[in-house]
Amino acid sequence: MAVKVIIPTPLRQYAGKQESVQIEAGTVGEALSGLTTQYAELRRHLYNDEGKIRSFVNVYLNDEDIRYLSKEQTPVKENDVLSIVPSIAGGVPSLNAAAGSILRCICS
Amino acid sequence: MLRLSVEQLDAIHRHAARDYPAECCGVLLGQDAGEVKHVAEVAALANLRREPQRAAEFVPLEDPGRESERNRYLIDPREQLRVEKGARTRGLTVLGYYHSHPDHPPRPSEYDREHAWPWYSYLIVAVEKGVPRDSRSWVLSEDRSVFQLEQLEVANVVTHAQVSRGGKPTPAQ
Repeated sequence: MAVKVIIPTPLRQYAGKQESVQIEAGTVGEALSGLTTQYAELRRHLYNDEGKIRSFVNVYLNDEDIRYLSKEQTPVKENDVLSIVPSIAGGVPSLNAAAGSILRCICS
Repeated sequence: MLRLSVEQLDAIHRHAARDYPAECCGVLLGQDAGEVKHVAEVAALANLRREPQRAAEFVPLEDPGRESERNRYLIDPREQLRVEKGARTRGLTVLGYYHSHPDHPPRPSEYDREHAWPWYSYLIVAVEKGVPRDSRSWVLSEDRSVFQLEQLEVANVVTHAQVSRGGKPTPAQ
């Protein structure tokens, strides 16, 4: 069964500059494994050193987060769409933002 | 280079002022023309850090007592999926994201770097006492070791065109 895997823009450079890739697979795990076999450079961006999907990588089967399905064991059907969605997060240097601004007020 | 209009930058600044003292965040959609990323649309997104329990589903909380929407931002991946799908139907792609640094300079923090992806533009707006000041755009190096300042062009006027000396990456901190 072929599923379509949508590659996010930062990772397209490691997937032949393609927006999506068709992969033969029976489960989500097989699809991702097939993808990273075909495009080995993708592996370090999707998996951690223990071979698990990195926590900052979200995978959606159609519109469902696989965390709330059966994770990598989730079965896939013909024409399913897998989307790799990178977590977008960040913040200011100091955890205590308020203290930081008080310090600056004192200094200036 | 990241190219956007005065109106788009204004919209980002207004969002940053509106959400102060919390961090705001949003997405930059457009077209990638190789050397230049052309922003066609900017869209404000919710900071999921306002909902700590939901945020914890997606990122490990390092210090729950001190982490909040005032010093952290997180975009709901479901929102990203929705925005990306809509963008594709209009022939647009995700070029990057913006966020604000309330009462901090527009430079990526170590926390920003640890959570960033190469290629995306990360536009940061410094908001000082509620007033948006400086905006800078940054791109993470491919090996994820350092953020490099990206040239930001606003309505054909080049600003913040700081080029690192000798072609070396400009360290974020």
